[in-house]
Amino acid sequence: MPESDQKIIHVKDLNKSFSGIKALDNIQFDLYPGEVHALMGENGAGKSTFMKILMGLMLPDSGSINFNGEFIENMDVHKMLKKGISMIHQEILMVPELTVAQNIFLGKEFKGSFWVDEHQIDQKSQELLNLIGLKVNAQTKAKQLSIAEMQLIEIAKAISNHAKVIIMDEPSSALSDKECELLFKIINDLKSKGVAIIYISHKLDEIFRIADRITVLRDGKYITTKNTSELNKNSLISLMVGREIESLFSSDSRVPSNAILEVRGISKKGKFENINFEVHAHEVLGIAGLMGAGRTEIARAIFGLDKIDSGEILLKGHKIEIRSPKDALKKGIAYVSEDRKALGFIPEMSIIENITLSTLKNYSKGGFIQTKKETKISSQMASDLKIKAVGLNQKVITLSGGNQQKTVIAKALLTSPALLILDEPTRGIDIGAKHEIYKLINQLANNGLAVIIISSELPEILGMSDRILVLSKGKQTAILNKQEASQEKIMHYAIH
Amino acid sequence: MQYINNIRQYGLLIVFGIICLIISLITPQFLTLSNLTIIVTQVSINALLAFGVTFVIITGGIDLSLGSIVAVTGVTSAMLAHPDSYPVLIPIVMGLLAGLLMGAFNGFIITKSKIAPFIVTLGTMTIGRGLALILSDGRPVSNLSDSFNYLGSGTVFGIPFLILIFILVFALCSIILSKTILGRHIYAIGGNEQAARASGINIDRVKLSVYSISGLLAGLAGILLASRITTGQPNAGAGFELDAIAAVVIGGTSTAGGRGTMTGTLIGVLLIGVINNGLDLLNVTSYYQQVVMGIIIIGAVIVDSLNQK
Ligand SMILES: Nc1ncnc2c1ncn2[C@@H]1O[C@H](COP(=O)(O)OP(=O)(O)OP(=O)(O)O)[C@@H](O)[C@H]1O
Ligand SMILES: [Mg+2]
Repeated sequence: MPESDQKIIHVKDLNKSFSGIKALDNIQFDLYPGEVHALMGENGAGKSTFMKILMGLMLPDSGSINFNGEFIENMDVHKMLKKGISMIHQEILMVPELTVAQNIFLGKEFKGSFWVDEHQIDQKSQELLNLIGLKVNAQTKAKQLSIAEMQLIEIAKAISNHAKVIIMDEPSSALSDKECELLFKIINDLKSKGVAIIYISHKLDEIFRIADRITVLRDGKYITTKNTSELNKNSLISLMVGREIESLFSSDSRVPSNAILEVRGISKKGKFENINFEVHAHEVLGIAGLMGAGRTEIARAIFGLDKIDSGEILLKGHKIEIRSPKDALKKGIAYVSEDRKALGFIPEMSIIENITLSTLKNYSKGGFIQTKKETKISSQMASDLKIKAVGLNQKVITLSGGNQQKTVIAKALLTSPALLILDEPTRGIDIGAKHEIYKLINQLANNGLAVIIISSELPEILGMSDRILVLSKGKQTAILNKQEASQEKIMHYAIH
Repeated sequence: MQYINNIRQYGLLIVFGIICLIISLITPQFLTLSNLTIIVTQVSINALLAFGVTFVIITGGIDLSLGSIVAVTGVTSAMLAHPDSYPVLIPIVMGLLAGLLMGAFNGFIITKSKIAPFIVTLGTMTIGRGLALILSDGRPVSNLSDSFNYLGSGTVFGIPFLILIFILVFALCSIILSKTILGRHIYAIGGNEQAARASGINIDRVKLSVYSISGLLAGLAGILLASRITTGQPNAGAGFELDAIAAVVIGGTSTAGGRGTMTGTLIGVLLIGVINNGLDLLNVTSYYQQVVMGIIIIGAVIVDSLNQK
């Protein structure tokens, strides 16, 4: 194969099954230096599995992988890192108690001396951070970072590995628009240096902006590889889902009724200040703002994960004090966190066990769980939300990102809340599933639920919300009606 | 989860079977009813501790105070069990209560202070040992009533009382862990404490429960041990916690929390008992027995981590 000289990666007939179910079925793939190659497909299509195999984190059942002209056998992570592949994982894990610099150089502290040269590590890391344009001090502890910052630091880490290929598994899902711009700039720089990038994302706009070629997987099968210029959004979607998708947002108009939640002048030092709003039954309230505007903090406070310093919260007209999530759930407030790995699910537990975790009392008698009832309820939920898995006993940690998210939403819905707070509900969710979740939210609101949606995706906020609360640096800058709201207006108030 | 655990347990059962087979081939006395009864009786005290600490370890915690609780409760019950002093129920109830209180104390400090369980129970271990010495004035408490001594040595329909308690406690613990809300919450906390809290689980209450159960069962073990050796020994139980934790780990429970079963612990306990017994029958000295046991513990964890891949 003469042309494989210049291909940096060439994959042929790759197969992988989990307990007899094919996750990857005869995958073909090639990658050239300096190209951005998007890998597209619905949740559970096999994208992350494929990338984990390329990284040597998982072994394929069969197939060949050629890297830089050399067939690779017995792959493992260390070997692949050395050869020059780095991966930014969909779910990032940094060591919380270590500094940014220590995390970047974890496992490759400068050789030659027994002691770790903290000074040199700090300096090198700061250079890297400056290079990619991230305003973070290298001596900050990782636990103080936002998910977005961690994501960008992972990229810095890959650069420090002198990677020839960088795999980015949904790098932008936790980034604000501004940070996305930064990411694209970094990607362009890398490209011009001849680094090849495999890019996975469910955001179609950015794919068309940055990808040179697109490979589509569907249900673990290789569908096609095309130049981006040969495709448009609709043709790409139909390749991914195998059917056409109608417009994402419904235009049902709802009449909000009685106030479910009233928030009066709540403040938390350093997080948010004097926040006032109401959410009614039959209403979706969107909360918009840039990363760090205090959106998640407000949600956490309402759900009892954090305490407020002052102000009051009323539920159905009664002043309440929420001491813990248990308390909040009891009072009818449910919350789906933006950080599903940390707060969303129990990795080693099955789908069933996760879905019923908040409501076990309802399927038990005298403290004993009634397994039949539990299974029935969760199968119902799983099929309502179209959770895709080998079986409902599959561990949630082995589900694809989107299906993990659906599991977490299912758990929240089973508590039959009066108020549902969704923090970045469609992060990492494919276009088909997004559609279903939007439909579900609309249906819930139409049936009388009060819903708060926090989202960094303006089209989502605009499409779903009846009213939009805009925050800027912890302060509330506007509440807009559906009719008056626009992307420009929201941005205007968000950077107020 | 169930599925993976099952595979893990089959592996363990096979190892257990093979070891039993080898020992019985070498020493014909091994597979006799009387020898098997001896094994089960010998492991029963360790089993009670291991069942209790299984709950704790699945939440991601640890309990190092078990041995000291055994001593405190043994001494407490023995002091109340002299002939003609109280009915036998009193020493039993007071012993159990002492164990429960010490366990609850562990749980209370761990949940309120957020200090690591390792440290807290290390402290209780020392406190407990001191208490046992204070209570008994540093001397063994002997001269116990016949009815009290019956607990550790008597039989019901020919079956040793100890074995009956062993079976009963196993059944109870196993049911609690696999069939109740409490059991589910225990796994959830060990699997991801933050997510468990966000799911509305009262973390403090669950932790308080597991340390209390662990203390209560250690109390039961302490009473039975005192009865079996017909004295309350302030130095009894030293190092028992490590044997119990070893059984739990051999049984496939992850010390990181979130994973494990009572059946696994049961097999772990029996495996330790069978190997010790086999080595006894083969006249291997106890010094070598310890080395063998250590190797088995490490081996079990290695096999387990390979299984995880
Ligand atoms: N360890 C595992 N055990 C069993 N099944 C698995 C395992 N890992 C992945 N799978 C299954 O393989 C399929 C592909 O998952 P994968 O994570 O690759 O999807 P994805 O395309 O990355 O989806 P998403 O967009 O949601 O991240 C899924 O159906 C998933 O449930
Ligand atoms: Mg994925």
